[in-house]
Amino acid sequence: MWYLHTPLHEADREAREARMGLFTELRDSISRVVDRMFSDSEPKRIGIYGPPNAGKTTLANRIARDWTGDAVGPESHIPHETRRARRKENVEIERNGKTVNIDIVDTPGVTTKVDYKEFLEHDMEKDDAVRRSREATEGVAEAMHWLREDVDGVIYVLDSTEDPFTQVNTMLIGIIESQDLPVLIFANKTDLDDSNVQRISNAFPQHETVPLSALEGNNMDEVYGKIAEYFG
Amino acid sequence: MPEVTPGDSGDGVQIDLISGARMEGLTSMEKIRLILDGVRDGNIVVLEEGLSPDEESKLIEVTMTEISPDEFNGIEIETYPQSGSANQGFLGRLMGKESTKKLTVIGPANQIETLHKDENLISALVSRK
Repeated sequence: MWYLHTPLHEADREAREARMGLFTELRDSISRVVDRMFSDSEPKRIGIYGPPNAGKTTLANRIARDWTGDAVGPESHIPHETRRARRKENVEIERNGKTVNIDIVDTPGVTTKVDYKEFLEHDMEKDDAVRRSREATEGVAEAMHWLREDVDGVIYVLDSTEDPFTQVNTMLIGIIESQDLPVLIFANKTDLDDSNVQRISNAFPQHETVPLSALEGNNMDEVYGKIAEYFG
Repeated sequence: MPEVTPGDSGDGVQIDLISGARMEGLTSMEKIRLILDGVRDGNIVVLEEGLSPDEESKLIEVTMTEISPDEFNGIEIETYPQSGSANQGFLGRLMGKESTKKLTVIGPANQIETLHKDENLISALVSRK
């Protein structure tokens, strides 16, 4: 009967090895997640999100210029100037003797509609307006994909002169919360007379709101302090 | 009330009220298709229980890929903002306590315009094509 035992031993050994393989795989996978959560060397990818014309690129450029000397991309008052997600790597922010290393991802403004006719109002030819709207739609789709897959934290930028109770804001904050991503809300354009930071704090009381003017560089000390605190 | 077929609606605006039960058995993409097919036909779609955040994210993404000049400009979508209490954190969601049930109105961007919106009121103007 010994020949019966051999295959059984063999099967037993294979099962044991399979279990060990599974265990090793699980251990490696947990280790990767833990490494990613606690590693200081890997820069966190921080997505700058918000509706079109909130000042996302102005903010990204302000942060990048302050800490690396380079800009991220061109700024414009025409909506959908940013139509591709742009990443600025290894931005080192120093706060309270500690260095925080982040990648800034400037994303196209999120919307649920794009009409090329809106661009015609900005002295654009039809062909250019159609091309811009097509690129804008691709950019928004890309931004949504980044949000689901590729960012570790979010800076949500709002124009503090505008009503924050919009559907895009409601949905995006909900999507960010559902991903369990750390989020800071930046109430931008405080240099303008109509700015109302309190309205934004009231709209999203579950998150911290930081007032700033990315254009004028107002309150950037607090901005960098909060970035270090939330994403460091 | 006499019944009309979808083709008979003339100058009117068709409103589809979709129950939570109807959506329950559908996959995310089936839900998104159901919504966008209706909206692209010029209908206003009202969802009794809305979409999950992940489905909303995919709805935006798919809508963007379907926008076409002079044909489809995208969607207008309205739900009530989630209050702070809805932010239950990871454990709450893990335990299945998350509630995504929120009445949602979706229509073609060129036919529906939001007049007012706050935590508990949505006022919208719907126009004919």
